[in-house]
Amino acid sequence: MVQSLDRSQGRAGGDVPQTTAAPATFTGNRALQIEEPLIFEMGQPGRCGVDLPEPPKVKDRLNGLRRSGSIGLPGLSEPQVVQHYTRLSQKNYAIDMGVYPLGSCTMKHNPRINEKVARLPGIGDLHPLQPVSTVQGALELIDSLAHWLKTLTGMPAVAMSPAAGAHGEMCGMMAIAAALEARGERAKRRIVLAPESAHGTNPATAAALGFTVKPIPANERGRVDLVALKAALGSEVAAIMLTNPNTCGLFESEIVEISKAVHEAGAYFYCDGANFNAIVGRVRPGDLGVDCMHINLHKTFSTPHGGGGPGAGPVVLSAALAPYAPYPWIVKQGDAWTVAEDGAKVDGRPLGRLKAFHGQMGMFTRALAYMMSHGADGLKQAAEDAVLSANYVMAALKDVMTPAFEGPCMHEALFDDGFLKDTGISTLDFAKAMIDEGYHPMTMYFPLVVHGAMLIEPTESQAKEDLDLFIAAMRSLTERARSGTAAEAFKAAPHFAPRRRLDETLAARKPILRWRPSNNPPEGDPMRQAAE
Amino acid sequence: MRYLPLTEQDRREMLAVIGAKSVDELFRDVPPSARLPGKIADLPDHQGELEVERAFQAFAAKNISPASAPSFIGAGAYRHHVPSTVDYMIQRGEFLTSYTPYQPEITQGTLQYLFEFQTQVTLLTGMEVANASMYDGSTGAAEAVLMANRITRRHKALISGGLHPQYRRIIETTGRWEGFNAVVGKPDVEGHEDLIAGIDKETSCVVVQNPSFFGHVRDFSKLAAACHAAGALLIVVVTEVVSLGLLQPPGDMGADIVVCEGQSIGNGLGFGGPYVGLFATREKYMRQMPGRLVGETVDADGKRGFVLTLSTREQHIRREKATSNICTNAGLCALAFTVHLTLLGEAGLRRLAELNHAKASELADRVSAVPGVKIVNESFFNEFTVRLPKPAVPVVEALAARRILGGLPVSRLLPDDPSVANLLLLAATETATEHGMESLVSALKEVL
Repeated sequence: MVQSLDRSQGRAGGDVPQTTAAPATFTGNRALQIEEPLIFEMGQPGRCGVDLPEPPKVKDRLNGLRRSGSIGLPGLSEPQVVQHYTRLSQKNYAIDMGVYPLGSCTMKHNPRINEKVARLPGIGDLHPLQPVSTVQGALELIDSLAHWLKTLTGMPAVAMSPAAGAHGEMCGMMAIAAALEARGERAKRRIVLAPESAHGTNPATAAALGFTVKPIPANERGRVDLVALKAALGSEVAAIMLTNPNTCGLFESEIVEISKAVHEAGAYFYCDGANFNAIVGRVRPGDLGVDCMHINLHKTFSTPHGGGGPGAGPVVLSAALAPYAPYPWIVKQGDAWTVAEDGAKVDGRPLGRLKAFHGQMGMFTRALAYMMSHGADGLKQAAEDAVLSANYVMAALKDVMTPAFEGPCMHEALFDDGFLKDTGISTLDFAKAMIDEGYHPMTMYFPLVVHGAMLIEPTESQAKEDLDLFIAAMRSLTERARSGTAAEAFKAAPHFAPRRRLDETLAARKPILRWRPSNNPPEGDPMRQAAE
Repeated sequence: MRYLPLTEQDRREMLAVIGAKSVDELFRDVPPSARLPGKIADLPDHQGELEVERAFQAFAAKNISPASAPSFIGAGAYRHHVPSTVDYMIQRGEFLTSYTPYQPEITQGTLQYLFEFQTQVTLLTGMEVANASMYDGSTGAAEAVLMANRITRRHKALISGGLHPQYRRIIETTGRWEGFNAVVGKPDVEGHEDLIAGIDKETSCVVVQNPSFFGHVRDFSKLAAACHAAGALLIVVVTEVVSLGLLQPPGDMGADIVVCEGQSIGNGLGFGGPYVGLFATREKYMRQMPGRLVGETVDADGKRGFVLTLSTREQHIRREKATSNICTNAGLCALAFTVHLTLLGEAGLRRLAELNHAKASELADRVSAVPGVKIVNESFFNEFTVRLPKPAVPVVEALAARRILGGLPVSRLLPDDPSVANLLLLAATETATEHGMESLVSALKEVL
């Protein structure tokens, strides 16, 4: 029998109670879970959520290209819009609600002061092309963030404009291509090495730039196989793309030898900085021989993930790659800041431009506020707490789940699906059952090198009591999974979420990517009855 | 430290469970030569919220906010009024602090608004399908060229001289490193450029902007037909998305891919980002699109729901064979766009667009009455080009000294082209006031 914990009583309860089937409701709603139509099913002509003045009549200067016919946008009043999106918001899990252990994504607390300062008049409302004399504070702000990033990484330069991690990868790999071109070796060095455990963006980026991606195997300790790496290095290799700590949540213990071997072979070391959060204040990538590394400000420095963006991916560069940094960058002349933009006469050979304007300023502001709040002391403590929490989860679960590798992990604990062997329950089923317990599942099936991978990243933001409850819930799930009687329940999970499992095959086979007047809600959907 | 819940007692207990004496033991895989002793020098220690806020107020005080100075700068980023509801909604923690909807059962909120967003984008652009957003318009334009290259298996893009110069440079940079040829037209100041003659059998796409960087409104139907006759695609870029409330959409002109900067709806200027890219195309090219897509499906009970779909195009599945390396979109900015556009609706967007056009017309009339100033455009939406009797950069500096953000000197973005030195780009949105326009005009009279 599985013990339950009734938090409403603040103590462990008896056995997990049998549920009685929930009755159907007239509306299809289930208390706080309210069924919600699409805005296109709610609109009425004559309703509008803004009040704008009557435009004065002017002579039309549209070259005869005035739109004819209606656009097809629905009309809703302001209260309807507020209710609609509030109800939608309540169908989301979020960091603000609890443990969100999505490995590799670093779902740490997003402080609200960061939101506030990003919206200050004079920061949030500046036009990117104002005369530089009118935006000195904004340029100083970007330069301050650049200083923090360079200092924390021990790197001499940073390109601020990339819009996200993958965009930063593109920037870093272009800088490598530019450096090779300057050496007259771009045509010769066509191979990029990447571990099999790499993020998908690494091979995608290298391939987009015309490199051939050659996978490097891992050793039995989950690290790059140094012997295999050395064998793969040669005069055709442009770079290695390596995540450190790696995607298995492990520090590449032979990193110094790796970077030495890479440089001796005339290649560059691209470090995927997605996991920099584990080592801030304890290790500087510059000391490891890294040539460039993108920093996901939305991971390490807590800018909100926002349902999948916007991110920001500044790239720190070594002295060897700094001359190729793309436009724009900030230059301090005396007491004033200015911007080196396209066409500016500068030292170096910029690789070009990757994004309009100055980069993700709103994210810069939030990241800098996060850094200043933590300070050098707090950033280091945050990294240590993240690593401590992951190791705690690992230690507390290793007897009931199967760790993929031995030894301490960094900021995330990786398990394989060995503990589910012969249960008929997959990693996916297990993850869906976590939803019913009130948790966002961990990252599943990544990295690819571990069978049925479960990558748990608790971050530094969870109190020990909350980690303990999470651990207890996970232990209970493993116990139920192995009881031999629960496979059906796991396969049908989640039971209590706003939706049960969704048919992804149907979605891909017959893609419906937009609403049309003809696509009614399906049979069985409460909205269909409402429409009828 | 206010963000860190673990106490010293907690840390000791956790280390005991782990079986480690100190946290240093957990970092034992770091080679000794790479371990930083103590804490990083040159950086201050932690600060309270009050101190942090003051520091940012100090940054802000060194800038001139467009809220406190008449502003007429556009050039791909526009100052509009954003209803309070928008900012309230995107700050709800359920949206703000959620991630990519990988677990659709508990992220229907994000998935449904992205489905609404995709639908809104198709309606505005007159296209059949749209993705769940790009980083911004500028990066979206380069992705559109790559997509056209994949579809046509050709490697030459013909770029209009009416395209925003920074967009053009991003396409050139992408072409330089990803291996395609970007053929760029001269700056199309007058709006009479004819690109048809430049299309040949190697052309994968033609990239135009409407209204153009210089403000001209053009009909690209003939260009679309010429592209299609040659087996090339027409990519239409829109940097002022409010214009689509009033103008014939690119889809009606025969565009194959439409990319918009969506900042104008829902998103503040923010010194250039984050913004939101809109990306739409024909249904037949759906599987060649970059970025995330949300599709409708049903759950195990037959209820309608939404999921990320067609992900076999994407990097996390296809790795080196992916259509793009893109991982994130601009989720929260897309939400801001969708909430604002839902508030506007059909009637509101049309009226907003009319207001913008009326304000810009008024500004054009007033400015052209200033001696020596000539309007270049016959057509425009809310932005137009004027020729000054002297170089625009010092004029704009002189206006800034009078606390007027008096447009963009074209030469800032085209520094190597002496023929544009006297050109000034001026925009007026619904936020322009009578007083602001009058201030600009009288200041121009003084400084010219």
